[in-house]
This record gives sequence, structure tokens and C-alpha cells, in this order.
Amino acid sequence: MLFRKASSPFISAQASVHTIMYQVLYALIPGTLAAIYFFGWGVLINLAITAIICLFSEALVLKLRNRPIKVSLKDGSALITACLLALALPPLVPWWLTVIASIFAIVIAKQLYGGLGFNLFNPAMVGYIVVMISFPREMTYWTAPLGAVDHWLSFSDTFSVIFYGALPDQSSIDSITMATPMDTLKTQIGLENDITSTRHHKVYGTLFSNISGKGWQWINLLFLLGGLWMIKMKVIDWRIPVSFLLSLLLISNFFSVSDYATYPSALFHLFSGGTMLCAFFIATDPVSASTTPRGRWIYGAGIGVLVYTIRTWGGYPDGIAFAIILMNMAVPLLDYYTQPKTYGKADTE
Amino acid sequence: MQHLRQARRTMSSTTKLYLFHGGLRLDGHKQISNQSPIATCKPQNRYVIPVQQHIGAAGDIIVEKGQRVLKGQMLATTKILISAPIHSPVSGTVIEIGKHAVPHPSGMETDCIIIENDFQDEWIRRNPVAENYHQMNSHDLRNIVRNAGIVGLGGAVFPAAIKQTETNIRTLILNGVECEPYITCDDKLMQERAREIISGADIIGHIIKARECIVAIEDNKPEAIAAIQAAIDEDSTGFFHLQIIPTKYPSGSEKQLIKIITGKEVPINGLPADIDLLCHNVGTAYAIHQAVFKDEPLISRVVSITGNGVKQPQNMEVPIGTYIADCVTQCGGYNDNASCMIMGGPMMGYSIHSDHLPVVKATNCLLVTSNNEIHPANTEAHLPCIRCAKCVEVCPAKLLPQQLYWYASTNNFERASEYHLFDCIECGCCSYVCPSQIPLVQYYRSAKSKIWELEADLKKSNAARKRHEARQFRLEQQKREREERLRQKREMLNTKKGRPEENEINLKKAAIAEALARVKQKKETQAITPKNTDNLTAEQLRQIKEADQRRQAMKKKNHE
Ligand code: SF4
Ligand code: SF4
Repeated sequence: MLFRKASSPFISAQASVHTIMYQVLYALIPGTLAAIYFFGWGVLINLAITAIICLFSEALVLKLRNRPIKVSLKDGSALITACLLALALPPLVPWWLTVIASIFAIVIAKQLYGGLGFNLFNPAMVGYIVVMISFPREMTYWTAPLGAVDHWLSFSDTFSVIFYGALPDQSSIDSITMATPMDTLKTQIGLENDITSTRHHKVYGTLFSNISGKGWQWINLLFLLGGLWMIKMKVIDWRIPVSFLLSLLLISNFFSVSDYATYPSALFHLFSGGTMLCAFFIATDPVSASTTPRGRWIYGAGIGVLVYTIRTWGGYPDGIAFAIILMNMAVPLLDYYTQPKTYGKADTE
Repeated sequence: MQHLRQARRTMSSTTKLYLFHGGLRLDGHKQISNQSPIATCKPQNRYVIPVQQHIGAAGDIIVEKGQRVLKGQMLATTKILISAPIHSPVSGTVIEIGKHAVPHPSGMETDCIIIENDFQDEWIRRNPVAENYHQMNSHDLRNIVRNAGIVGLGGAVFPAAIKQTETNIRTLILNGVECEPYITCDDKLMQERAREIISGADIIGHIIKARECIVAIEDNKPEAIAAIQAAIDEDSTGFFHLQIIPTKYPSGSEKQLIKIITGKEVPINGLPADIDLLCHNVGTAYAIHQAVFKDEPLISRVVSITGNGVKQPQNMEVPIGTYIADCVTQCGGYNDNASCMIMGGPMMGYSIHSDHLPVVKATNCLLVTSNNEIHPANTEAHLPCIRCAKCVEVCPAKLLPQQLYWYASTNNFERASEYHLFDCIECGCCSYVCPSQIPLVQYYRSAKSKIWELEADLKKSNAARKRHEARQFRLEQQKREREERLRQKREMLNTKKGRPEENEINLKKAAIAEALARVKQKKETQAITPKNTDNLTAEQLRQIKEADQRRQAMKKKNHE
């Protein structure tokens, strides 16, 4: 008999941050595979760059801060940041841009705030915004989705575009990249074309592709499935995705019903750009999101409104990163003013 | 068989229940200890009875060393309201009165009475009121409960008679929930002594003039449900209702149970009586029955001795004061892999440092765990909080444990209190689910005790400051009065120059008044300044000065 000293509770669910983070990573796999399928090797190369740089810079900062390196690297949070960043960046951006975004995400947005659990802002989104503002031209290098152009880049072609900026023979950057459907829509509507005519643009395919553009809807659908699995496994809280998607749906439906020619349908908004990635993987980042039940409703809904606003009237094609960062700023306030009524309080007030 | 059928019938006809926020579904591990009937603990040579075994004041010891005592004889008592007397569990001799280690998280020692058993089992004269209690008034009945030393046996050990000071409470809730894993003492008690429990509840009902009694049991105890139902069926008054509730931790906690059954919440800083309710544990009801029908004080209780670290886990009726080691020996002793002894359940109990401690009234369970049976949070190396809010989802008090943790760990006590630190019931649900394995409850406990300390300090320094201010005020006033008198005197001198005799008298009067005032003031100042400061050696004067400086420094420190 040992008479070990310990403090209650003596049992635990044995959950771990490690498990949660890896479940998030598993849930990302289907959508990521789809992204690689539709947008080519660039996605994979980006992923490799972000993963290496994120892990490396995390280790470096931890070493400088004299913190245990192994535990933190193993928790998987840096890998998630890397994945989100790689999925958010256009597939053909030059390598140095990806490196800058990764370093910013990990060193500035995460470690300088105190590391996991202390960062106010979602690291991946900070990294994304930094390069978005600094290098707007490069950030439009979206590969044309599979089947939209004849030119399909091989792995070595993609590699040389990213690392040497060397385009394959007889092609210009314009012939291999293409604006995203959302971008296209914005430009076309800017040119006073209406949505119906824009629909014949080549980013929209025919079969199953007329919701939100080639590739995008499939990618979104798979992220949605991954997200639902995470909710089922209780990895993420359902409130944020539900309130975000609901608010985006309501507001986009309202405008599209009122003016069908100018405002795309709710379905388009839900399944294009990074909507589903945001709903289940970015907005639900626990560290930078609100923690109270009511706060989470407001947080998600706020992101929905901001995303729609920036997409429709803002200067950037997709507003997710900005919406997230803006709502991140509101979190301390939200948490403070949405404290639940504690037991016994309901009856005294 | 018939009982089981009845139980099933009642299960299907339960009334509406309410949910409390949060909570956990835990593995019960109840079968470890509930397979055999309640055993009786063999008489031992020695019993150690702590004088204080309840929340409240300790009693005065009324026996002497060397004195022979009888079984059931009172050993200590007091007139203070929140207190309970203690009694001898056997007949024998008081061989020692002094400090002895008792079960406590800090491993502290308290006053204990040690009795050597003479194995005569000679009872003190008993005089049970039995069925006559129906004719007795609340006050006298309550005295019986009080003199029997009965405390809440669910774990809180609050003197039971206090809880009954209110009368005309509508509903008595009898708590047979027992939601903590491993513990089965109430389960077995209900199975084997249902009639006595129901009778005890009837006595409580009589004391508080309740109109109904709801017996709440979790649905994982079908045998207990059947037994209680059978006992209720024998009662024709319709006073009792059985309420089966779903198994969920911590539904046995008083506040949560009240919410489940009534949908109401006990107001903050309030009592269940404020919403017309009173809660008692089934074990307490049984003890009250014994007191009224047999005039037996609380000198034994049922204890679950369980866990994979003990050879024959079981429930045992153990006299209060029996050494834990003796109980374990009777359960076949420890297994080789036994690693930790917990008093209470795995969620809210505490580990004890030795088995050379007595079983006390609060000991509902002795959980001896094997090496890999438990996994308490690792205090040294836990990950940071990732704000996942899993703790928020499970907190039955509807707190924000992650915010509490943030403020408790950074010693920001003001904020921690603002986030309702003191509404935390320390149920452990948050620690249980936390993926970062943060020992949250430990942080809350230490923050609470630090705040209590600070408050006590504050009270002390406040009192000192008030004394100081009062003295300053008094001195000022005296000074003002003196000046006023002098002024009057001068005025008199100026205006009444024409009449010498009168003038002289007045002058004299004023001089006398002034002298008196001086004497008075001197007396007062003497009361606060040390005497005998004349004729001291230089060395002594230096010492006094040093002491003064130290005191000043202390005061300053306290103020900071
Ligand atoms: S469960 Fe643990 S990690 Fe999650 S919010 Fe609560 S304290 Fe933080
Ligand atoms: S221990 Fe306190 S904070 Fe944690 S779940 Fe229980 S009541 Fe809530």
C-alpha cells in the first residue's frame, strides 16, 4: 500500500489536446484531397512548405523561450495552422510568400502572445491577411480548376512555378490561373452583367457544378462532411458553425430574393470560397473564439454578417479572414457580457 | 420478483423531471462492492473518537481519563446550536484524551477520545419513545435527534437537527441518489433497511410538519428501488412518493437534486427552506429511526470499502472510531497493487496519508485504488487552457471554469469572485473533461482558501485601524473642549471685571475644571501608553524602541 497523495477528482475522461487536434486534422483530409484534385499539386506543395515552416518556427521560438519543445509540437496545433494556411493560400503563390505567411502566423500571432491558448487572433488568418495586404497581386494566383482550361500543370511544372517563377513553355500566368467564381462574379457584376449571364463563364461547369463553380462546391461539401463528423465526435461545438451558416444563409437569401440579378443565391454563398472551411475549422478554433454558449451564437452570427458584407461590398473577394479577425477582437467583450446565469441566480433576480 | 415488477411499474409512471445544466455520465463501478450484504465489523481493542466530526463547533469533553464508559454514553457535548455530541461505540475505559491524526486532506491531528474495549457490550440505559413520537412536539423530537449526535451522513456532516429548525416546510426530499462512482453504502442500506429509512423519514416529516416526502433514487439501483417501493406501499397515508431519476453525476448533490425534482433552483446564499424544501440523506433518516425507536445514538455507520486495491470489497457497518486499517483487514487486506486510499468517492473525496486513522461520521466510502485505476490530473505538467469550453458544458453550477482558472491561477481574486468562484461546488466535472488535464478544482480550492485568509487579515487590520481612529478622535475632542473652556474663561475675565468676588470665584472654578480635565485626560492616555517607563536602563529603552519600530513595520506591512 502506497498511500499516494493526489487531489480530486481522481478519475478523468482522459481527453487530450493531442487527440482533439488530430481529430481536426483527420476531418480536414477529405476536403484537402478534393482541393488537391481540383487545383493541382500547388496545394500539396503549399502544404509541405507551411508544415515545415510552421513546425520549424514553433520549435525555434519555444527554444528561445525555454519551453519544452516536444510537448508543444506534439499537440498538433501548429500543424492545424499550417493546413488552414495552405488551404487558404492560392495554389501557385511563390514559395517565399508562403514562408512569410507561416512565420507571421506562428511567431507573431501565436508565440509572441504566449503560445497555444494565449493568442487573441487565429494565427492562420493573421498570416493570410499579412500577405494578402502586402502582396495582393500574387494572391490572385488561383490555378484554374480541373477541366476549366486545357492546360493542366504537372508536378514539375507546378514546382518550378512556385520555386522559380518559371512558367511552362507557351503559357502566360494568365493562361494557367483564373479568378475564383466569387471574384469573377464580382467583376462581372461590376461590368453590369447580371448573374444569369455570368453563369456561362467557364469557371462554372455544367454537371453538378452550377451551384458555386467548378471544384469549389465539392471541396466545400467535403469540409462540411468533415465538420459534421467533428460535431458528432464532440471535437467542436455545434453553435458556432450553425450560427455562422445560418446568418450567412439568411442574409444572402434576403438579398438574393430581393434582387435576383445582382445578388447570388444563398446556396452560392454557402458552398463557395472558404465558407465551410471557415464554419467548421477556422471559426471553431477554440483559443480565439468566444467560450460562453450565448457568446458563441453571437460570434458565429457576427462572422456570417461580416463575411457577407465584405464579399458583397468590400474590396476583397473573400472576407473570411477579415471577418474572423474582427470577431476575434470582440471576444473578450462577448465573453464578459454573455456570462451564463449561475445556478440559483435565476430565482433571485 | 414482485418487487422488481413494482419497481418497473413505478419507473414507467414517473412524473415530469427537470434537467440541471451540465453533469457527467460516469462508469458506476458499483458492482465491485454491492454484491454481498452489509457485513458487521468485528469488535476491536481500541476506538479513536474525534471530538469534532461535523461542521460547526467542537463539544466539551465530559469524561475523564481512566473512566469507564458504556456503549452509547455521551463523551462530549455542547450547547452551541451548530454542533453535535459524540458517544462511545463500545463499553470500556477511556485510556487517553489527546491529539490523534484524523481523516483530513491536510493530515491534521485533532482532539480525540481513545477508548479501550472491554468486550462486555454493555449499553447505557435506553429509553426509546418509539411509536409515541406521533404525540411529541417538534421541539422535543428535535432534541432527541440532536442528543443522538446525528449529522448529515451524505457527506456534508451538517448537524441534522439544525436542518430541521424550520417547520411547516411543504416537501421533504429523501436523497437516495448516491451518484458518485464506487459508493454503494446508501444503495445497500436501502435494500436491507428500507422500512427503517421510511420510518425515519416519517419522523423528520413529523418534526418539520411536511405535507409530502419524495424519495429520490437513481435508476441504476433497481433492488433499492424495489425495496423502498415495498416499504412505501406499507404506508397508507400517501405521504411518500418514489421518484426515480436518471443516472447522472452530480444529481445527488442537494442543489442539483432539487432542480431535477422541482425545476426550482435554491437561491444564491439561500437555503432549500427558502423554496419550501428540506433534503435529507437516507442514511440520516435511518439514524433518526434508530434514535427514536431504539434510543441508539449515532455510533456506527455503513461504509463502502471498495476499489481494486482491496481483496474483498464490501459494505460494512462500522462503529465510529474503528481504525481504517482494521476495516481493511476484515476485507481481506490490500492487494499488492494498492496505491491510493481515498475517503469518499473518486470525484469529490480526498486521499489520506495513512490507514492508522479512525472511521468518522463522514466516512461513507474508503476507496482503495489499484495502480492504474485512477488518473488524477498532473499538477506539474499540464497543457495550457485551450479555451475549448468543454468545462462550461459540464459545470452544474453554470460557471465559466476556464475564466475562473485564468483568474485563480494568476491570483486575480477579485475577478475570480466576480466570476462566482464561491458558487463552485467542487464537483470535479470540469477537471474530469478538461483535455489539457488541468487540475481545475485544485486551483479553485487554493484560491478560495487564499481569499479567506486575506479576508481574515483585512478584518484584523480594519479593527486596528478603527481603534486607532477612535483614539485620535477622542484626543482631538478633548483638545477642542479644553480650548473652548479657556476661551470662555478669558471672555469671562474680560466682561466681568467690575465684580471682583464673582470674578475670583469664576476663575477658581475654571481652574478646577481645567485641572479635572487634565487628570481625566492623563488617566485616559495612561490607559494606552505603557506604564513604568521611568527609571529604565538605556538598554531597556533601546529594546522598547526596537519593539515599537517592529510593530510599526508590521502595521505598515498589513496595510499594504
Ligand atoms: S476544459 Fe480545460 S482546456 Fe477546455 S476551456 Fe476548460 S479549462 Fe480550458
Ligand atoms: S468543480 Fe466547480 S467549476 Fe468545476 S464543474 Fe464543478 S461546480 Fe463547476
